[in-house]
Amino acid sequence: MIPLSWYLIFAAALFCTGLFGVLARKNAIAILIGIELMLNSVNINLLAFWRYLYAPDLSALTFVAIVLVAAAAETAVGLALIISVYRRRSTVVVDDISLMKG
Amino acid sequence: MTFWNDPINFIRQWLETLLVGWGVAPGVAQVILLVAGAAILGVLGLVWVIFLIWYERKIIGRLQDRLGPNRVGPFGLFQPFADMFKIFTKEYITPEGADRVPYNLAPVLAVAGTLMVWGVIPFASRIFGADLAVAVLFVVAAGSIGELGIIFAGWGSNNKYALLGAFRSVAQLISYEIPMVVTLLIPVMLSGSMSLQTIVQSQSIWFVLLAPIPALIFLITQIAEVGRAPFDLIEAESEIVAGFNIEYSGLKFGMFYVAEFLHAFTTAILFAVLFLGGWRGPFAEQIPFLGFVYLWIKTFLIYFLTVVIRGTVPRFRIDQMMDINWKLLTPLSLTMVLVTAVVHSLVRPLGSPLVTLAALLVANALMGLITMQLMRASTRSRRRPMVAPSTIIVARPETERQQSTLE
Amino acid sequence: MTIVQVFFLLVAAVTLFAGVMAVSTRRIMHAALWLILTLFGVAVSFAILESAFFAVVQVVVYIGAIAILLVFAIMLTRQVMVDTGPQLNRGWWIPALLVAGLYAALVGVLSTWSSFQALPAALPAEASDLGRFGLALVDANAYVIPFEVASVLLLGALVGSIFVATDRKG
Repeated sequence: MIPLSWYLIFAAALFCTGLFGVLARKNAIAILIGIELMLNSVNINLLAFWRYLYAPDLSALTFVAIVLVAAAAETAVGLALIISVYRRRSTVVVDDISLMKG
Repeated sequence: MTFWNDPINFIRQWLETLLVGWGVAPGVAQVILLVAGAAILGVLGLVWVIFLIWYERKIIGRLQDRLGPNRVGPFGLFQPFADMFKIFTKEYITPEGADRVPYNLAPVLAVAGTLMVWGVIPFASRIFGADLAVAVLFVVAAGSIGELGIIFAGWGSNNKYALLGAFRSVAQLISYEIPMVVTLLIPVMLSGSMSLQTIVQSQSIWFVLLAPIPALIFLITQIAEVGRAPFDLIEAESEIVAGFNIEYSGLKFGMFYVAEFLHAFTTAILFAVLFLGGWRGPFAEQIPFLGFVYLWIKTFLIYFLTVVIRGTVPRFRIDQMMDINWKLLTPLSLTMVLVTAVVHSLVRPLGSPLVTLAALLVANALMGLITMQLMRASTRSRRRPMVAPSTIIVARPETERQQSTLE
Repeated sequence: MTIVQVFFLLVAAVTLFAGVMAVSTRRIMHAALWLILTLFGVAVSFAILESAFFAVVQVVVYIGAIAILLVFAIMLTRQVMVDTGPQLNRGWWIPALLVAGLYAALVGVLSTWSSFQALPAALPAEASDLGRFGLALVDANAYVIPFEVASVLLLGALVGSIFVATDRKG
């Protein structure tokens, strides 16, 4: 029997790892990787709560599906933007893309 | 339950009592048996590829008006063993600067992506690995793992041509995944469940009769997913220098080779399970081994068909391949899902399976006719007749402005 | 320690290790590969949580599509085959402290919750009924609106990403 606390601690650790990736990395794609980690930790949390505090209502599963869909859509558009920025500025380091001009 | 009635469970119970008798905890014994069962299934699958390689080489040889291997053993039956020994003894040459972990992991992922599917296929009414409730999606996920293997191979080889080959290959695979997943919806819709065992059990009329066009689309997309002719641009030896597995030698290359043959056979088994009724046949429920034999016969029919296609049809260009997928297969499969859903839901309350069969066949035939007409119209519009010049225009400086307006 | 507990600890350890490597490794391509391992670990933990559907959907969508898209994007946005320069910001210890503090705060606040150490009860049979989930997604009294909004979101992302990434010079 795995207590719920194990899942919550695991998801919190994954979330904090992703947050570190978003805040501390220079490459725009590495920041996107951090965002993916955060979204996955949210999904783990939602499913753990669904399993342990089960109610016949299916809102948890719908929530997980919507988070999955939103993550996929956001990754696709984010990568398209990064590729487009790379074509203009020839760099994906976020510090160098800080000016609107050019 | 006796051995003939329910072989897997019989063996499992016998082994479990044996292990618990030796003093192993029941939970640990269960895990050991599960792992052992998976390992045995994997080994059997890999050993079966040896026979498949011989079978294919003989048939391709006969199609090309030659004999195929016939020296090593009777009818060349031991030829794959000879090839195996040769590949085992070759040296592993790792390219300089190669990324070690992806380079070595790629063949493993390629084989794993195919062997995973064998765990969910129902071989008989009571012989199967696991009856997953989401088996159809599991099959799609196994395909994704195979694609990962190709990307790892292309990246880990530290070779621009391998990388390009890997990207072209993955582009083809992810493009053909879309009509494959959409047509996989049709057996799920007609049987009401994603479990392969339930799909087989609800095929009192084979689904290939209820949905012939989606079955055809599924077969074409699976041949493209395997990367066999006519879709074998990704590994065409004459073109992109053998693609993503150029830097592999010895058994690592052997694993890619095995993965391809096993994937082709798994395609045939999946088609038989999803559309040809799987293990169903006379007396298949009472005698599981008979169901196993029926499945094997159906699978060999489809596998023979794919081998004949391989030996007959020329290779597609990459733009033709993408055109077929995006302009023909994807819209057609989406439309077929719509049509099948509408017709099935209208006809099912009537309760008679023959009426359902007739209605769906008519709908499929109509869609087939419409598709043929559209394809004919598009080919005609592309082949515009050349305009024959009525007068011969000789280039003269003063008539240049006239010529440009005549364009 | 039951077998399931040991298995979960193993999976969690591998996933967290892969996550840390994904955000701290020097080469961006390795970060994508570590991310694939993390996504795998998350899929396995979905399976331990008895939601087989989301485990398989995680593999198909995240690993089979998003991770491959990340690899393609990494390949398209490099000028040379190697990464040069430091990959972490100069003041990277500030986010590290912040993140450690956030983790401590999260675990601390959660541990004061009454059901923190809840043990799983057996799920009723209807919980794993996918047909029920599917029907709920199209039921007007249930979740058809989020379903339709998600479809529109995907359509917008599809059209938008093609439009943004099109090379309009040629």
